[in-house]
Amino acid sequence: MTAISRTSRSRAPRTDDAEEKDYVGFASLPNQLHRKSVKKGFDFTLMVAGESGLGKSTLVNSLFLTDLHKDRKLLNAEERIHQTVEIMKHTVDIEEKGVKLKLTIVDTPGFGDAVNNSECWSAITDYIEQQFEHYFRDESGLNRKNIQDNRVHCCLYFIPPFGHGLRPIDIEFMKALQDKVNVVPLIAKADCLTPNEIKKLKERLREETDKYGIKIYQFPDCDSDEDEEFKRQDRELKESSPFAVIGSNTVVEARGQRVRGRLYPWGIVEVENPSHCDFVKLRTMLIRTHMHDLKDITSDCHYENYRAQCIQTMTTKMNADSRVESPIPLLPLNTPDVETENLIKKKDDELRRMQQMLQKMQQQMHEQDL
Amino acid sequence: MCRGAVLMKADLSCTLLTMAANEVDVFAHEEKRNLELGGHVGFDSLPDQLVSKSVAQGFCFNILCVGETGIGKSTLMNTLFNTTFENEEASHYQSEVQLRPQTYDLQESNVNLKLTVVHTVGFGDQINKGQSHKPILDYIDAQFEMYLEEELKIRRSLFNCHDTRIHICLYFIAPTGHSLKSLDLVTMKKLDSKVNIIPVIAKADTVSKSELDKLKIKIMSELVSNGVQIYQFPTEDEAVAEINTSMNTHLPFAVVGSVEDVKVGNKMVKARLYPWGSVQVENENHCDFVKLREMLLRVNMEDLREQTHARHYELYRRCKLEEMGFKDTGPDSQSFSLQETYEAKRKEFLVDLQRKEEEMRQMFVSKVKETEAELKEKEKELHERFEQLKRMHQDEKKNLEEKRRDLEEEMNAFNRRKVAAETLMGQALQGCSQPFKKDKDKKNFFSLPSACSLTSGRNLN
Repeated sequence: MTAISRTSRSRAPRTDDAEEKDYVGFASLPNQLHRKSVKKGFDFTLMVAGESGLGKSTLVNSLFLTDLHKDRKLLNAEERIHQTVEIMKHTVDIEEKGVKLKLTIVDTPGFGDAVNNSECWSAITDYIEQQFEHYFRDESGLNRKNIQDNRVHCCLYFIPPFGHGLRPIDIEFMKALQDKVNVVPLIAKADCLTPNEIKKLKERLREETDKYGIKIYQFPDCDSDEDEEFKRQDRELKESSPFAVIGSNTVVEARGQRVRGRLYPWGIVEVENPSHCDFVKLRTMLIRTHMHDLKDITSDCHYENYRAQCIQTMTTKMNADSRVESPIPLLPLNTPDVETENLIKKKDDELRRMQQMLQKMQQQMHEQDL
Repeated sequence: MCRGAVLMKADLSCTLLTMAANEVDVFAHEEKRNLELGGHVGFDSLPDQLVSKSVAQGFCFNILCVGETGIGKSTLMNTLFNTTFENEEASHYQSEVQLRPQTYDLQESNVNLKLTVVHTVGFGDQINKGQSHKPILDYIDAQFEMYLEEELKIRRSLFNCHDTRIHICLYFIAPTGHSLKSLDLVTMKKLDSKVNIIPVIAKADTVSKSELDKLKIKIMSELVSNGVQIYQFPTEDEAVAEINTSMNTHLPFAVVGSVEDVKVGNKMVKARLYPWGSVQVENENHCDFVKLREMLLRVNMEDLREQTHARHYELYRRCKLEEMGFKDTGPDSQSFSLQETYEAKRKEFLVDLQRKEEEMRQMFVSKVKETEAELKEKEKELHERFEQLKRMHQDEKKNLEEKRRDLEEEMNAFNRRKVAAETLMGQALQGCSQPFKKDKDKKNFFSLPSACSLTSGRNLN
């Protein structure tokens, strides 16, 4: 009972035995919700974007502890000179303690790899909008039982650690996507930076994000009645954004344990060691605490914005050209004009006449038979 | 015995002299002969003389570092030369690539080195990197051009001038773990015929050993398959052949740079301190920094300079001069002398110049004629208008004169009638015997006459 009340932040008061008879029982709502959601299962779409070779696939493998990319064809440098951005989706169903998750990873190979990268993010924005449009049509359709939610819930953007901060392509990309999806920037391959350098780079990135007005995903403030531990965790999480991550596909032996890590001649980098990198924080945030929040913001904020925009453009188009058919049921803004009404009346009369004739003929036939 | 030896020596010197005398005719047809020396002559000190002269003169070395912003070029230079070159951190927002050369004077033992380090600022930051290689190529060509100009001068001082030609280009490859970036390939392909390139993998402490081997193989195979010619350490000289051949197999070097000292064991070494260990720069197991330093500074520096001069610069010079129209051999395979070519060129140029002058003069003349014709026309027009106006003026005058005459006639007519009326009045008065009463009537009568006489005048008319 205690654990559930923490995660679902129930407001129902704890009842004493003396007040048993006044116990109504809706305090079990969270329980019911929990059961139902486990049965229904969850889905989550994660997009990873960044230049080739920054460790995106490795990180995704480390996050979900599976190997999503078995046989990948990596292009060599010559082929990448004029490469265009593709969108590749991998969907896997994973299960943990009875909770099913349908995870979709959207990969963007080719981003930033060509010599001329102007507008290379347009393929990505088009894809996101396509998913929104799809959901929009489904939502406005007649049969809404099985809506597939393919909207992108979170986009992890990998920033290379080799530079001094954000590069022009990073800024352009994040600005193009900030209103369409939750952007979480990450510092990739963080094992090439000493702790001091990581601190400096994070400060730099935070400064530049503010300076250029880039809206990245902000963690929601936790409620004031949470306990200190939770608040502290939350604060730490916020202060270490953007996360400096390291991923690994291999398991190595360190300090007597088998852990995911990278083996170097000068030491072993442990992926899950919080003093080595922020991988654990990212995983906590992404999967354990804020996954649902990401989904909520996608559907309440980004999707609604898209929908409002869409409807607006559609109505302006309709007003301009009255012959355009609306694919979604909208309340008619203008009353149908007199002509159409007359036409409808005429057609109604015709129909009635036809019906009457039919009846007469039927009667005649009936009499004939008799 | 002594005398014999002396005679022999005299003989020898005689034959040598006669040989020298006939050298001009004989040399071309005869093969070189190796002669045995009877004793120690002493010209084996020639290299020493050369060295001491060069040391006195000082050496000159120019390094070009090409790589993305923040990849560690400045740090590596600091580590290589064990000093701190002043370099401000570059920003990522340059709109195009710029080259920033800085010259330093270094001294080690008694050897003076004039080192120029050229950094590419803003390389790889733009969204469209199609023109990124151009500023680099232009810079290299500009240095060659400066040297070529100096060479072609009439009064030149080649030994004194500061040689700024780039001797070595260190190309910094980002350790993405897969292969070269497309920008790297394109740039190196454009640079390989202009400068010696040594590719290095920067920030190599992010690549584990197994990944590093794979990466090196992939990079080298990509370079070879695209025909990029990187600098090969020379293997002809026996003294360094062995080490050079082994180093050739370790290309590209995976380097880590650091200027901070970290305590490892009981020594202070240059290293990078991580929570999981420290990467020692000079530890050969950790990175190839030591190999790079050996090859670049300790073994092959002179060879790099020679290659730049003998291969890249000569290629540039040949292309440039051919562009200008110089040829080594004429149409009938006879070698031209530079002087003749100069003369021919000069004449051509002067003829060209004269022709152009003529053209311009003709154009000028024709233009002048045109304008004159125009002006004449305008003059005519103006005359015509003037005549027209004059005529109009005269017509008007005539009209006015007529009108005046008419008016005068009317006035005269009126006056006559007036006079006639007055005489009539006088007659009327003489006939009248009541002057006073008729005063009023007179008045009226007088005022009437004008009307009367007019009417009577009219009747008369």
